[in-house]
Amino acid sequence: MSADSAAPAQSSPRRAVLDLSGITKRFGGTLALDRVDLTVTPGSVHALVGENGAGKSTLGKIAAGIYTPDAGGISVSGRSVGRWDTVRAQRQGIVMIAQELSLVRDLTVAQNVFLGIEEHRAGILRRDQRRRFAALDEVAQFGLDPSARLGDLRIADQQKVEILRALARDAKVIVMDEPTSSLTAHETQRLHEVVRRLTAQGRSVVYVSHFLESVLEVSDTVTVMRDGRRIRTGSARDETKRSLVEAMLGRELAVTFPPRPPAPAADVQPLLVATDMASDNGVRSATLAVRPGEIVGLLGLVGSGRTEIARALVGVDRVTAGTVVLDGQGLGRTSPRRSRDAGLVMVPEDRHGQGLVLARSMSENMTLAFLGRFSRWGLVDRRRERRRVGELVEQLQVRPARPELPVQGFSGGNQQKALLAKWLVGEPRLVILDEPTRGVDVGAKFAIYELIVALARRGVGVLIISSEHEEVLGLAHRAHLVCAGRTFDEVDPAHLSPEDLLRRLFAAQDDAAGESADSAAGTHDPGLGVDVSTSHSEELTR
Amino acid sequence: MTITETATPARPSPSSTPSSGARVLAFARDYAALVLLVVIFVTLSIISSSFLSFTNIMNILNQNTPLAIIAVAGTFVIISGAFDLSTAAMYAVASVAVAWMATHTDNAALALLIAPVLGVVMGILNGLAVTKLHVHSFLATLASSLVYKAVAVLVTGGSLITVTTEGFSDLGRGRVGGVFYAVIVLIGIVALGSLLLHSSVFGRHVFAVGGNSDAAHLSGVRVDSTRVTVFALSGLAVGIAAAIGVSRIASGQPQAGAGLELQAIAAVILGGTSIYGGVGAVWRSIVGVFLIALIGNGFDILSVNPQMKDLVTGVIILAAVALAAADRRRR
Repeated sequence: MSADSAAPAQSSPRRAVLDLSGITKRFGGTLALDRVDLTVTPGSVHALVGENGAGKSTLGKIAAGIYTPDAGGISVSGRSVGRWDTVRAQRQGIVMIAQELSLVRDLTVAQNVFLGIEEHRAGILRRDQRRRFAALDEVAQFGLDPSARLGDLRIADQQKVEILRALARDAKVIVMDEPTSSLTAHETQRLHEVVRRLTAQGRSVVYVSHFLESVLEVSDTVTVMRDGRRIRTGSARDETKRSLVEAMLGRELAVTFPPRPPAPAADVQPLLVATDMASDNGVRSATLAVRPGEIVGLLGLVGSGRTEIARALVGVDRVTAGTVVLDGQGLGRTSPRRSRDAGLVMVPEDRHGQGLVLARSMSENMTLAFLGRFSRWGLVDRRRERRRVGELVEQLQVRPARPELPVQGFSGGNQQKALLAKWLVGEPRLVILDEPTRGVDVGAKFAIYELIVALARRGVGVLIISSEHEEVLGLAHRAHLVCAGRTFDEVDPAHLSPEDLLRRLFAAQDDAAGESADSAAGTHDPGLGVDVSTSHSEELTR
Repeated sequence: MTITETATPARPSPSSTPSSGARVLAFARDYAALVLLVVIFVTLSIISSSFLSFTNIMNILNQNTPLAIIAVAGTFVIISGAFDLSTAAMYAVASVAVAWMATHTDNAALALLIAPVLGVVMGILNGLAVTKLHVHSFLATLASSLVYKAVAVLVTGGSLITVTTEGFSDLGRGRVGGVFYAVIVLIGIVALGSLLLHSSVFGRHVFAVGGNSDAAHLSGVRVDSTRVTVFALSGLAVGIAAAIGVSRIASGQPQAGAGLELQAIAAVILGGTSIYGGVGAVWRSIVGVFLIALIGNGFDILSVNPQMKDLVTGVIILAAVALAAADRRRR
């Protein structure tokens, strides 16, 4: 145990509702947390900020008992705890609201709230759940319908259910992991009001977020983390966005990007043109073009339809209206297979869910999409495969260079490299990159940026999507803004600040929310208007 | 960041070098069934004078040939993430069809050939039910097995069809140099199956579909046709197994093959192929088949209460699967 490293500078643990000291946690060979201390005082909001992979979520999960620390001590209200898991944490009043909400979609709001703490007599549920729910809602003032099916609620409302769930357990400390990542500006404001109400009641909130404006607005104390270490803890009043970013990065502002490759001339024929494209999965009207050697960005908030546009382009989802033209030829009924054969590939955002076959070797994953090129008469030519995989491992600096091992054992950065390699094996002409650096450390990130730029230099068209808008702004020649399944504007990324961008995206989202509320009220249907306008007969070629 | 941090530390983790003790444990886990097979083989050789003889070994091989052939194809099915519960029923249909053909045409070769053909057809139907109707393979093949079974009963009216056709029993009973034809067929099928699974593009696709069908689909793998082919292979194997089985006893009956479907699945899993798909090997299933066979043979030789046979087999399967599951660390 390394509890001796507990920082004396921290406020006295006697007052702390939750005190973590010297917390160390490893995942495989990666040190996720290195002797981290965290002291949460009653009635306060304590923010954890840091880059992706800094360890802030891990720390939150340890506080809530989801992970067990390898070393370090946890005490609640001054009493040291022994074994620590979610059940014990909840009993002690520490509840986590995870980024991926853990609710049961087919149960009602009230059933979800009381799940696991149902009042019963001899195993038979008591029927006055409604009264119990009303009492709870009195505290929170959300006004949710207890009998609504959870799956029918919007994400923001589902989050409220999570908060109610925490309150139902009489939580003293609520750990919120990226609570605003899928909320609009307005919803974020309302969430912050709730947070303030909670702290006014003496409860504490651990607020894990990389939205620094939200952090500065709502928190009392901020702990900055970097590479699994606590960099500093201080009052939020003493911090600015700039000071936080510098502490998070450990250097002067601004992530560095490799220089953009020269933009193709305006008269170069585009490789891919989508016109008023709609899909069966939420794309309503997307218009965009990518030229050879051009890096084009799609900028939007989570849930804006960025990913869905990509999925429709490569034929994962069905295109229901508009046209997609690749190299001057309309794509007929598309499928990932046909797109691949035409030189159009997508590196999906969900590395584990859609990208890699985790149980198989890195080598098998790298060649899966273009196995035909490594085979003869249906048999895999192992030697050719090994040679090509060896080159890629070398080129992308995969560590350890053991492509014969299952891909699930590699670090996130190396998995991502494998995923990119898998699609680059086929030397595509156009690559769609959806969150190409998600869950990847800074070093690997830069390697991936260089790879993207190198692709464009070779004349490959690149369409890039990223939640880290700076990436798109730093790499792309042009970018389309996306909201509610539509591309609504084109911007020059080199002359747009991340703040201006966010403001425009949130404004567009609030507009769209207003519109859909109007249409729900029966005034008009904006979706219909667009559908009609796209129905020019010459564009409905398929 | 959540992605990196929740990634399950995998076995063999590239970022950590295991100790020698851990390596022994990993070996025992990966090759548990094989180790157990060798241990039982050696034990039986020592304690029984009649076990280690050419005749006894050949008999064990021969007796288990139909099951082993089905298990080879069953390996593909389970690696692809599916189950085929209809193998016993397909076996019954193929059996009565062969016998019926033999008695009606008096042509042994033609009659025996009908079994694999029918098997492929039934397998494709299973595959279509799974892919086109989107029914889980467990339910689809459970239902189809009822249908197939009923067909077998309808064809025979429930009774036994005895075959007297000249040369009909050659496939099941004949041998060359003391080795049964059936065993040679099995060796050929194991070799072909291994090549197909581990060295062909199709085999890679089977692993990918079972490991992550979404990723496979996005990679341009024809997921549905891979699945249908896997079921067709299962049907083909059942057909060949049925031809051998019927030829051996020179009669076809709708009760033939009862219980085969679960024995085959048990053998595949016991060998170490993952029931969750994406991981496995043909040789493992062969080890599984003969591990169960040797346990049975041991009971016969030692004339222990045969009722203990199932109990011991069940416990061993449970232990082997638990050993594999212990490795699947909780996230």
